[in-house]
Amino acid sequence: MTIASVTQLICFVALSLTLVVGSLGVVLLPNIVYSAFLLAGVFLSVAGLYLMLNASFVAAAQVLVYVGAVNVLILFAIMLVNKKEEMAEIPGLLLRRVLSGAVCLGLFLLILRVDLTTPWAVPGPAPLADDSALLIGIHLFSDYLLPFELASVLLLMAMIGAIVLARRDVFSSDVITGEPADQGLLEKERTPLLLESTAGETTLLEKV
Amino acid sequence: MSTAGSALAVVGPGLDLQSSFTSAMEGFGLSQGTAHLLWLPLPMLLVLVAAVIGVLVNVWLERKISAAVQQRIGPEYAGALGVLQPMADGLKLLFKEDVIPRRADGLLFTLGPVLVLVPVILSWLVVPFGQNLLISDVGIGVFLWIALSSIQPIGLLMSGYASNNKYSLLGGLRAAAQSISYEIPLALAVLAVVMMSNSLSTVDIVNQQSGAGILSWNIWRQPVGFLIFWICALAECERLPFDLPEAEEELVAGYQTEYAGMKFALFYLGSYINLVLSALLVAVLYLGGWGFPIPVEWLAGAIGQSVDAPLVQLITGSLGIVMTVLKAYLLVFIAILLRWTLPRVRIDQLLDLGWKFLLPIALVNLLVTAGLKLAFPAFFGG
Repeated sequence: MTIASVTQLICFVALSLTLVVGSLGVVLLPNIVYSAFLLAGVFLSVAGLYLMLNASFVAAAQVLVYVGAVNVLILFAIMLVNKKEEMAEIPGLLLRRVLSGAVCLGLFLLILRVDLTTPWAVPGPAPLADDSALLIGIHLFSDYLLPFELASVLLLMAMIGAIVLARRDVFSSDVITGEPADQGLLEKERTPLLLESTAGETTLLEKV
Repeated sequence: MSTAGSALAVVGPGLDLQSSFTSAMEGFGLSQGTAHLLWLPLPMLLVLVAAVIGVLVNVWLERKISAAVQQRIGPEYAGALGVLQPMADGLKLLFKEDVIPRRADGLLFTLGPVLVLVPVILSWLVVPFGQNLLISDVGIGVFLWIALSSIQPIGLLMSGYASNNKYSLLGGLRAAAQSISYEIPLALAVLAVVMMSNSLSTVDIVNQQSGAGILSWNIWRQPVGFLIFWICALAECERLPFDLPEAEEELVAGYQTEYAGMKFALFYLGSYINLVLSALLVAVLYLGGWGFPIPVEWLAGAIGQSVDAPLVQLITGSLGIVMTVLKAYLLVFIAILLRWTLPRVRIDQLLDLGWKFLLPIALVNLLVTAGLKLAFPAFFGG
């Protein structure tokens, strides 16, 4: 065994261990913040596996998109609504857990069977090394153009949906006047409340 | 690829320390594998030492320049002109008690600073000081740096959350928001440069600028991109005017509030290494990297020497390192001056600048670069 292959083996074992243990932790840990941080570790070890497959561009993209964007946003959302609330007791929790565990185990066995019965080509196709970014670009703009564009349309829809949900007031109308209740109107509605309270205070003062 | 090949022919192979080292070790009777194994840790250690020394210099500069800006003298007793002051600072931090607040999350509290520092040091992998003077000329080059720098906010969020302190949490959240907002214009500015040099590799990017000395540097072809990159790099480093995550007047010290001793030192190191790294990358992407303002080939030709002569190679190699460091520290100087002259922006102004100004400008810059590349392939890398 050469030094390179030993290093490769050690890296593979370490990455796979962090991947498996980390993803079990993501699912099983009760603290959601720990799960989110572990998810970052899982994404990083997946990137490491890509690196071992000589797909350095995909690995860097994995880190940038999943760790740098998706995971940071997940953490951001968790920390913005960081409420420690007691969950209501769910009836039949044990049965639910057993059932979902059984479904997961079944899926795992299915994948394992596929893995064992597929005649994998060993060694796989020759690595592209540094040309991979170039080839990915060529494919994205030729035979994979339609899926690529569809994916971007999907993302656009998700973004518009998020805006609609976040600023629902823009798209609804005032109940009494029938006018569109935009941000300005909402603020106007808030001002009388303040005025009322000050008016109340003045009346109080007058009484005194 | 053809442009890179022709540029290589112009620059020449330069110093190749690795092959010299391995052949010397083989001369001592070691096998090739052992020689390679002996070589491997050397550049990594060298770069680590260079990064830490860079930070020490940076801290001294910061103290001296801030003193000069405020018409003080600054440190002067520790060594001549106070050059040993950063060492004293570092030693003090080393010997301080390591405090973990009682209600804090010990594990995440410890892991946070590590996660902030490690990606920054890893990014030095792609910083070139010469044709062969970098740890690894990976094909994805600057993209690796962009990807690695996106890990940092996780460490900041982690330490902000684990400190169990509202200032820390707010600081961590601000750091994450700022980092996400400024990563996009930064990446778009880099993309314009990458498009001109047809490669993500930092060595290729420098070679593409080495045709006519100072005139062929990217700053003339990408002035807008240079400004966008510099603003975003300052924001990514959390330097003033963008140091909102640790704004003293509002948040005590942001995510660093609860940290003391060596863990605080890791944050400190991380932010300064990041500043030096950003300055180095600006030098690589826009200021011709290790290139001398007048091409060394012309100079060598003027005194009638071949570029490949060993002595000339040694001199050009050293000149390259000096030029890279000089350009980087010029930018660090500008960053320090900015810190002591500009007021801090508000968080809404920061996000407005990122999303409503820099992002559209960066997109337009990319589009214009693409158009110019098609129209004038000779000047904009066809």
